[in-house]
Amino acid sequence: MKQAISFKLNNETVTVQVNGDEQLLTVIRTYLHKTGTKFGCGQGDCGSCTVIINNEVIRSCMLLIEDVAGKEIITIEGLSNGEILHPIQQAFVKHDALQCGFCTPGMIMNAYGLLLKNPTPTRIEVIEGMEENLCRCGSYNRIIDAIQTAGKEMNSKI
Amino acid sequence: MKPNKIDELYFSDVNEPIRLGRREFIKKLGGGIIVVFCLGKLSILDGLGQNNESDALNFNAYIHVKENGRINCYTGKIEMGQGIITSLAQVVAEELEVSVYSIDMIMGDTELCPYDAGTWGSLTTRFADPVIRAAAAEAREILLDLAAEKLNISKSELAINNGVIFVKNNTPATVSFAELTEGKRIVRELKNKPEIKKSEKFNLIGKPLISIDAISKVTGKANYSGDIKLPGMVYASVIRPTVFDSKKIAVNASKLSEFGGVELIENKDLVAVIHSDPEVANKAARKVNVTWKAPEAKANDVTIFKYLEENIAENSVFEEAGNIEIGKKASTTILEADYYDGYKAHAPMETHSATCYFEDDKLIIWASTQTPFGLREQLSKELDMPLEKVHVKQIFLGGGFGGKIYNQQAIEAAIIAKACGKPVQLVWSRKEEFMYDKFRPAALMKVKSGIDSTGKLQLWNFDIYCAGTRGTKLFYEVPNTKTRFFNERNIHPVGTGAWRAPGNNSTTFARESHIDVTAFSAGIDALEFRLNNLNNQDMLATLKLAATTFGWNRKKAEGFGYGIALGEDAGTCVAIIAEVFVDKKTGIVKPIKIVCAQDMGQVVNPHGATVQTEGGITMGLGYALYEEVEFNGGNVKSRNFKNYEITKFSNTPEIECVFIDKMDSKPQGGGEPAIICVGGAIANAIFDACGARVNQMPITPDRILKELQKG
Repeated sequence: MKQAISFKLNNETVTVQVNGDEQLLTVIRTYLHKTGTKFGCGQGDCGSCTVIINNEVIRSCMLLIEDVAGKEIITIEGLSNGEILHPIQQAFVKHDALQCGFCTPGMIMNAYGLLLKNPTPTRIEVIEGMEENLCRCGSYNRIIDAIQTAGKEMNSKI
Repeated sequence: MKPNKIDELYFSDVNEPIRLGRREFIKKLGGGIIVVFCLGKLSILDGLGQNNESDALNFNAYIHVKENGRINCYTGKIEMGQGIITSLAQVVAEELEVSVYSIDMIMGDTELCPYDAGTWGSLTTRFADPVIRAAAAEAREILLDLAAEKLNISKSELAINNGVIFVKNNTPATVSFAELTEGKRIVRELKNKPEIKKSEKFNLIGKPLISIDAISKVTGKANYSGDIKLPGMVYASVIRPTVFDSKKIAVNASKLSEFGGVELIENKDLVAVIHSDPEVANKAARKVNVTWKAPEAKANDVTIFKYLEENIAENSVFEEAGNIEIGKKASTTILEADYYDGYKAHAPMETHSATCYFEDDKLIIWASTQTPFGLREQLSKELDMPLEKVHVKQIFLGGGFGGKIYNQQAIEAAIIAKACGKPVQLVWSRKEEFMYDKFRPAALMKVKSGIDSTGKLQLWNFDIYCAGTRGTKLFYEVPNTKTRFFNERNIHPVGTGAWRAPGNNSTTFARESHIDVTAFSAGIDALEFRLNNLNNQDMLATLKLAATTFGWNRKKAEGFGYGIALGEDAGTCVAIIAEVFVDKKTGIVKPIKIVCAQDMGQVVNPHGATVQTEGGITMGLGYALYEEVEFNGGNVKSRNFKNYEITKFSNTPEIECVFIDKMDSKPQGGGEPAIICVGGAIANAIFDACGARVNQMPITPDRILKELQKG
């Protein structure tokens, strides 16, 4: 039986007609056409599908849509303010913390969740917070630098 | 091109020009200035073209200065993270004197771009770059001619700045590219030696430039093959056997009736279900019962090396000098050892994906492929369609590393689309990605070295099983050498193919480990031993730069070790020095620092080259320390990142990249070379740190502890 499930996606309320046992990732990518969030492994091992739900970092491939009813989801598409990039996005560009770019949305969303909890992480804290996000191109060191730069930038504006 | 031919090229030294088919692109373009580069025997570019000079319509690249003043650069190469979308735009901007941001790179579209055999072998910067530069230089000359005519002034008095042509002596007369090209259609075939800029006049080449596609990638706007959504599209889920290369016996799809709107597709051994909802397609696929006949398991990840050695007799001599027997007699010490490297997966973050549809009798497809033109040919054959009825479109790839040159997923998607008559998307699961990967082949290297009483190498006898000969031409000075290559096609129980610098990772690990073993036996420092046995000036300079940058003589604490490895790939000399810490109780290795020096000729984008080098080293730590495909016959047991560990944040060391300054030479390869030296440098550093000489990659804690227990 299809049911209506509503939640906030990037500040807009959306309602989907679903069975309830669909992956959140499928709902975001396929039903709602937000393809910035990527499928990497489908088992929560790589972090490509990371989104923020009620300020928590979540692997969207591991969550069923019925569990997000009434919650607030942020995906990579919801991070920038129009053409103005979020400081984390800006820092990723500045440090060129990407190559193929496929893990990048997940990296940025994971970093967003990390900085929400710890606005000025040490290098070791960044590594611990990002450890389960994988990048095959090998941009880890640049990603660490970008996150620390973004943290500083975000704090200077508070 | 047939996959076999691709393998042949990929595993050999990639210097050979590659052929192409005829295209008629120019008709499709609007007004403006179009410069087509047809490769002739131009002295400056000899051997640099990747296609055939005989056909005037066969060309490597073209530049289109459009009526709005923006510039299209067309190339058959694709962007998979290696950064050529930036570095190729950079050389066009350099020659045309425009902002790099006014260049639009049109890449890998089989209807718009000139033929290209494939993006692999670190060929782009070596081959496509000089050709594109030449076309851009020619376009600049045409624009200057037009401006001279329009302003009624001698061409020699004109200069260009940011897309505007002006008179050097400050007269206010200027004319923009847009004004010059408006209403014109000039097609020029470049046949003469173009006047390309000398390095002292470079404004952009040699300057660091951040990736021009970064913004699209940080905003999630960059499109990959699984991001395309077409009206009426269905999602395919393929039913796979558990054993590679199994043949289909029977299909029981009776339970599919539980799912509304699901369709079963069968074509030879391909069994798939489709549905407009991928969740339904996946669930339904699990209910289809296929009986498979699996091939007999002949080896597993432990027995494979013995199996390869016992079953491959066929060999060819790759390099020979002097005489092995004389070498033995001239040596006071002879050292023999075997080195092993298991199968490695490409494991790109984007699994193989494709989206396609038919428009009447024409197939349009987006696919994660490093070989769009190869794919066009494969599809044409597989679906029995003329080449011109297949259109492969431009799209980003989420990593390739040599794994996306075979296109199985795209062929599957097209077969399914043809069968169901609907647009189809096929995105492989991570399990399928591991199962159908064309793994880097398991390899065995048997080495015999000999030195005289002065520490000079007298003998080098190298037998390579399965790894290929790329990069194995010996750069050490040894009078008596013999290198043989043992190989048999289809000997492997799983699919094998090209993996970033094919084979060179395995053979460099073996050679550089054994050089250290030899040096150690003579009581000679690993750096000094190499310096004494090298006569190759480029390699010597590269090694010295690495040693100085690293500080080879700096003190190290207990448990820390340093290791060197040298290698050659795609025209580039590489020297890596690694520092590691080994916990002797657990055998766990902590990479501390890696210095990589390279002589890669002219470095177009030092920033891009640095990023590629860092990436290669980071990825390389995976094959050296963690990555191991477990299997029994064709049953691949490594199916996800839980049981196939790649480098992570915590084990990435500090990385420092330095390049020999050679601005006026030809650019050499950059995407692959650095990765080849990681295994050898890490192995040697581990030995230096704790005394464990591990001859098999990955160098796991268990293997280290086993060596330590031997004492």
